Formats: sequence, structure tokens, C-alpha cells
Amino acid sequence: MDDLRELYQEVILDHGKNPRNFAFPDASNCEADGYNPLCGDQLTVKARVEGDVVLDVGFQGQGCAISTAAASTMTEWAKGKTRSQIDEMFELFHSVVTGKKDADEDELGKLAVFGGVAEYPMRVKCATLAWHTLEAALAGKKEASTE
Amino acid sequence: MTQSRPSTTSEGATASSSPRVELDVERIRSDFPALGQRVHGHRLAYLDSAASALKPQSVIDAVVKNYSEDGANVHRGVHWLSQRATTALEAAREKVAKFMGSATVENVVFTRGTTDGINLVANAYGAANLSAGDEVLISHLEHHSNIVPWQQVCERTGARLVIAPVTDSGELDVDGFERKLSERTKIVSVAHVSNTLGTILPLARIADLAHARGAVMVVDGAQGAPHLGVDVQALGVDFYAMSGHKLYGPNGIGALWGEKSIFEKMAPYQGGGGMIRTVSFEKTTYAGLPERFEAGTPNIAGAIGLGAAVDYLTNIGFAAVAAHEKELVRYGTKALAAIPGLRPIGTAKEKVGVFSFLLENVHPHDLGTILDKRGVAIRAGHHCTQPLMKRFGVPATARASLGIYSTRSDIDQLVGAIREAQEMFS
Repeated sequence: MDDLRELYQEVILDHGKNPRNFAFPDASNCEADGYNPLCGDQLTVKARVEGDVVLDVGFQGQGCAISTAAASTMTEWAKGKTRSQIDEMFELFHSVVTGKKDADEDELGKLAVFGGVAEYPMRVKCATLAWHTLEAALAGKKEASTE
Repeated sequence: MTQSRPSTTSEGATASSSPRVELDVERIRSDFPALGQRVHGHRLAYLDSAASALKPQSVIDAVVKNYSEDGANVHRGVHWLSQRATTALEAAREKVAKFMGSATVENVVFTRGTTDGINLVANAYGAANLSAGDEVLISHLEHHSNIVPWQQVCERTGARLVIAPVTDSGELDVDGFERKLSERTKIVSVAHVSNTLGTILPLARIADLAHARGAVMVVDGAQGAPHLGVDVQALGVDFYAMSGHKLYGPNGIGALWGEKSIFEKMAPYQGGGGMIRTVSFEKTTYAGLPERFEAGTPNIAGAIGLGAAVDYLTNIGFAAVAAHEKELVRYGTKALAAIPGLRPIGTAKEKVGVFSFLLENVHPHDLGTILDKRGVAIRAGHHCTQPLMKRFGVPATARASLGIYSTRSDIDQLVGAIREAQEMFS
């Protein structure tokens, strides 16, 4: 099972099973729906933003372990971050899951567990759906699609 | 390849009065070069034939031979290579016509596949014959390719798309279907076999009901042809569309059979070379069947490969295919039912080897990835049947589907890998 553990690390299994922030924050003021037309995964991200800072963020929806864990760890990480910090992290995260960059725990923290996704090109969209959706919400768009 | 011999299965108690026709599955497997490979270090258990069937060597050889030796364009070529290619193309059409049970050859049109065939009927027949208030009746289990073309033509003509219900076991609700038929129903279009559930639809009965209302009966045969074969006359339908790649043939080729009296009255919907009789800037007259619906240079190698595929299946015989599959469906249904937390979707009494299911705690996409790592190829997703997914209240299913080369070992490997996935997500 070792080869699969590269992808399905404990953190991913845990967050996939028991997603954190799996509820919408009170007094959210921006939101977007994310949709992966390839597999039908759907989620909604809502956030409370003040000025440039995401004070609170949560999500609801259905998806595979990878997309659920990605949404869960993203919402954990994003609280208290500014928009530009989120943009930067998404860019880094995207480079890692697409295999353009190695996962470095110093840079990524817990998000480094998604490094294994790079070996599974068909699953990149699972890992990035929540991020696309958060970006769309912050940009004032209503919808994000991985297509 | 077909042989009669007593049952040698371990559950060989199924005594039958007629001699049992059995597939020599090991021999068949040796005809499919793709089955010889290992995937991530494991034996390949290819359980995705409903998406695309693998190809036997004879199909590959036929395609290679066309490109290697003939390679020229067909029709109107007076040179030797073109003549040879034309002869091979038209021989393939004859084989396909025979395979489909057609009494005549000219009403078999080569298409890009089932989707293309349905689009042809929707555009060339539907658009010309539907008007505002008319109805097109399909079922709730249709593939998107038998939904969207009708939606488009309904939008253009003002006709209405009507949906016949499907039962909880995934069967067409025939009474419900009958209730949806009306004097405004002009076209009925349903699948022969559901790609997601494996359900076999009672086509002959549906055709009778449709015809009693004066409607034209169209069939999406993408899944029916490979599992059941086709006999358009026995089915009593008006159009039957099928795909090469689901029939152990090449991609990008398919065939559409049409009832001649209807087909020959239809105006072409794509213009171009090959489909004309005469062209001037003032007026063009069209060729007859089948050329009028084959604008442009056809997929010659594909058609020849499809001819080789139907030869291959004809040699095996659908009695043998059906007997082999029936046994595996029984085995697979039982094996999957024994897995705790597995919910089958699609439990029709009459079904082919398509197993859709959900697993408690394991999302179909995660399952698909884990199975792949164990050499098991299945499909996860909505299978291009989103309305059907909604009907069953699920976003996606895992689907394992059988072909003529499938064995109990494939199913055992599937079950083992499912258990492993469950362990990981427990």
C-alpha cells in the first residue's frame, strides 16, 4: 500500500474523512461555487473578509478525499491571511501539485502533503478545486470551474 | 472459436437441455495485445469496456493494412490503390449491414460514432419533421449523447423533450413510458442498453408502442451492439446508431442504420464532397444513400477496422458472448454484494455486464485511483448521464464493465482492490 500512501497520506485521509471548517462562517460577505465538470464534484466556499484579510472561511459540498482534504486544509491555512498571501500560496500549491516544483514543508506547512498529487495528473483538479473557488470568491466572481 | 462442450465452471450445476456454447476466453484474450501488459506491476484487469473496448489483433491489422498498402482515397479514383481501398470500404459496409441484420446495404451510413449518428437523425430527420408543440420522448437513463442533440433540435423547432421514468432498480418504467406517449410524440429515442446501469431496454415493445402512435423509433446502440448484437428487423426500430470503439473496433467510426423508406427521403444535413450528384452554383443535386450522408472523405481505415471487428464478433457468435457474460454477471453481482458497505446502482433483471456502485466512505474517484494502482481499470464519475445520477441522488458512481475477454480473475482482482481501498479509508 506504500505507493498509494504517497498520495493518500494520513493528513489527507484525516481531512477527507473529517473536514475542518465544513460549515459556513457567520456573517460571510463573499462566496463562490466551485464545480469540476469532469467528475461532478461541487463545493461552495464562503468567507468573511475585512479589508484585505480573510477573517473566516468555510466550505460545504461533496467531493473525493483529495478535494475535500484540499478544501479543509486550505480553509485552515487561509484564516487571517491577506489576499496576496493567498494568491501566492495558490500559485506555489499549484506548481507543487502539477509537479513543477517539489513540495517543501518549510514553504507549504501542512499543505505539503499534497505533493503526492503530482504523480496523478488526473487528480490535480481535485486538489485545486477549493483554491480556484476561494480565488473566485475573493475576486467577486460567483463561480469557479476547473475546466 | 465457438465450441460446444460441457460446462467446466466450478458452479457447473447449470444443466441445460441445449448444448452449451462457451467462449474459449483464454484464446480470445490472446487475440488482444493490450491485455498482455502489466499496469503498475500488476496483471491488467480491464473493466472499462463500456467506455472503450480493447481491440483484437485482427482489427489492428486491418487498419494497418489499409494505411500500409492502400492509403489512397476512395471513390472516383481510377487507379489501383483507390480501387482497392474502395472495394475494402464497401466490403466493410456489407459486413456491418449484415451484422446489424439489415436486408440492404445502402441504408447503412458510416459515422464518427453513436453520437454522430444520433446527431444525424436529430438534424436530418428531427429538424425537418418536428414543429412547435411536437414531442420527442426519451428515457431518464439516457447518455448525454441521446439527450443533448434532441434538446438542440427541440430548441430550434419549438418541440418539447419528454422524459420517460426509470424505476428504482434502473429499469425503464414501461407503463410510465406509455403514459408519456401522446399524439404529439413524433420521435422516440432510447438506449438499447444503459451505459451506466447495464439495463437492457425492451426495444421491440417500445418500438411497438412508438409506432402505434406514429412516432419514429431511434436507438442509441452504443452499448447494445457489443453485448447483444443487433437485429434491426427483429427489433422493429427505424434508426440504430452504434460505435466502432465499443465494438472492439477503431475510434472515430460508427454506423447508423436507417429504415430505408424513411432514410432515403431525408435531406442531407452536411454538405461537401462525396455526397452530391451534380453541383453548379445555381443548384446541387444530391447522391442517394448512403453517400448523401457521408460528406467528405470518410474514415476509410476506421470503417475497414469496424468491418474486421464485426467479423471477429460474428466468428465468436453472440450466443457464446451472451452465455459467457451471463455467467460473469452472476458471479460479479454475487461477489460485489458480499462486500459490506457496497451499494449497487442498477439492479435490473435484464442487464449486461455493467456494475455501477457506491462504496461507503470511499469516493468513486479515490476508488478509481486506488484500483488503478492495482492494475484494475474502472471508470468513476457521472458516465455522461447526469440526469440519471440525479435520479439516484448520487454525484458519481464507480463503474466496472465487462467485455468478451473478461474473466472471473478480473472480478476477483477488482474485489481484492476494493477491500484494500476500504481498509485504507476505514
